[in-house]
Amino acid sequence: MTYAIAAEGLRKRYGHTLALDGVDLAVGEGTVHGLLGPNGAGKTTAVRILTTLSRPDGGAARVAGFDVVRQAADVRRGIGLVGQHAALDEVLSGRQNLVMFGRLHHLRPAAARARADELLARFGLADTDTKPVGHYSGGMRRRLDLAVGMICSPPVLFLDEPTTGLDPRGRTEVWEAVRGLVAEGTTVLLTTQYLEEADQLASRVSVVDAGRVVAEGSPDELKSALGGDRLDVVVRHTADLPAAAAIVGRVTGARGDVSVDVDADSRRVGAPVRDRSAALPEVLRALDAAGITVEDIAVRRPTLDEVFLHLTGTENSTENSTRKGAAA
Amino acid sequence: MSMTVTAPEIPRTAAARLRWALADGWTVTLRDLTHWARKPGQVVAGLLFPVMIVLMFGYVFGGGMAVPGGGDYREYLMPGMYAMTMLFGIEATFTAVARDAAKGVTDRFRSLPIASSAVVLGRSVADMLNTVLGLLVMIACGLAVGWRWHEGAVRAALAVGLLLLLRFAFLWVGIYLGLTLGGPEAVMAVQILVWPIGFLSSAFAWTGTMPGWLAAVAEWNPLSATMAATRDLFGNPGAGGTTWIAEHAAVMALVWPLLLIAVFLPLSVRRYRRLDR
Repeated sequence: MTYAIAAEGLRKRYGHTLALDGVDLAVGEGTVHGLLGPNGAGKTTAVRILTTLSRPDGGAARVAGFDVVRQAADVRRGIGLVGQHAALDEVLSGRQNLVMFGRLHHLRPAAARARADELLARFGLADTDTKPVGHYSGGMRRRLDLAVGMICSPPVLFLDEPTTGLDPRGRTEVWEAVRGLVAEGTTVLLTTQYLEEADQLASRVSVVDAGRVVAEGSPDELKSALGGDRLDVVVRHTADLPAAAAIVGRVTGARGDVSVDVDADSRRVGAPVRDRSAALPEVLRALDAAGITVEDIAVRRPTLDEVFLHLTGTENSTENSTRKGAAA
Repeated sequence: MSMTVTAPEIPRTAAARLRWALADGWTVTLRDLTHWARKPGQVVAGLLFPVMIVLMFGYVFGGGMAVPGGGDYREYLMPGMYAMTMLFGIEATFTAVARDAAKGVTDRFRSLPIASSAVVLGRSVADMLNTVLGLLVMIACGLAVGWRWHEGAVRAALAVGLLLLLRFAFLWVGIYLGLTLGGPEAVMAVQILVWPIGFLSSAFAWTGTMPGWLAAVAEWNPLSATMAATRDLFGNPGAGGTTWIAEHAAVMALVWPLLLIAVFLPLSVRRYRRLDR
């Protein structure tokens, strides 16, 4: 397999902060790779190095076939960057932005205008006409931002938290746009704080924490490492918690390595569950049979926090109210 | 339906690189000119602000001002105001540069296959065009309040040249501050820097009326050199003096801007290349 992005041992220090501590990345051509991690994990630093905006202190990286330090100009020719903030001129209209950046990509005036109109239509912005970008909604800005990143159909596109700060509708709009690009064969490196976003878009995910890649795999692999979905039951009486924990543990098949969480304060029992459709009615029936009153019951996806706690192995140090109880 | 557009080849020869840099610089300039067209109110306000100061000093304070040789205060004031207008330009340059840096537009420029000089080139052409426009407005204002040039068109043109050189020097100060201070809201800090520099000069008051130490500070102010030199070239009162610095105003009106450019141009270029947050 040929890699559109290949990085080895990237290191970067800002003052006393080690932003990247030896990051390896291999992103196959035409795939979407997610960099998943919390704020400050080093995601943006990695993107800045790979897009030639920052120089690494150590390690090396090739993007679109060129070295990011020694052949920066060639790398820039083959990439599109959509950063955390929509990097647009807010006084100009969407079309004027696209034409300006098109000209900076050295398209001839007529070609830049034609490309602008085509991209406006494609990203659903054709009717915005002369409105200044400053008056756009968040979702529209991000779509225009993507359109600018796509002017020269770059083989490799970097999306740095493309949906942070967007409402659900804006997020869906951006996801649709990204899927369209991927269908045409663009390689995408996507950074995100949201497991769901990585799940929706990425075929492989690197989980980043404190400047290191702590796990890598497909979204399914990562989730199954966590036991997939989680079942949460809230009981009415605190006294019922041990019995409820036993039932949940039995139904979800929790054993030594997979634990049932019991939180006395919120009277909640939680456990990873593999077969959500079967587990829910079974737990309800068993709790009912045991005479335990249920206030709330839900199956939900694991949160990034939980993926994190799991992967970085710091779960034991979380707040005291979360006791780890082995089931029955 | 989608067409695929591929980026053109990177230029490998010096001539081709220069062509790219000029074309990109012009694109960035055009962007600023489009701003003028879309937000004319801002441009007009920027042009009229120094006019307001002329009227304020010329008529509110002017009556109480001493002019060496007993000349007309507004004849004295206008060359000072021309140089002040060049200084105010720092704020416009700063705001534009800082806004692009804060919004990530600068990073996007840096991730494009364009010459790194193109962005600053475009910025300086746009700002200098704005300055020429502003200077024309101020000269019209001067003529309206009774200011005249008395030494012929050539010496007047030389004076305008010195003013534009000063603005070009301040351009690099503005770019450097814009890339360094972060965020267009820091313009307040720039104003706090700019105003005392403007007032601690010979712009409004003849340095002969100041306490000795203050007069020395005001005379060594780069602005004062340009003010004294242009007063001389325009034939307005207040030129010359007995101190070394006042006697060499014409030379210093060249030395100061060139010195500022020599310091802030390389600093700005370096800062732009290594914008490493």
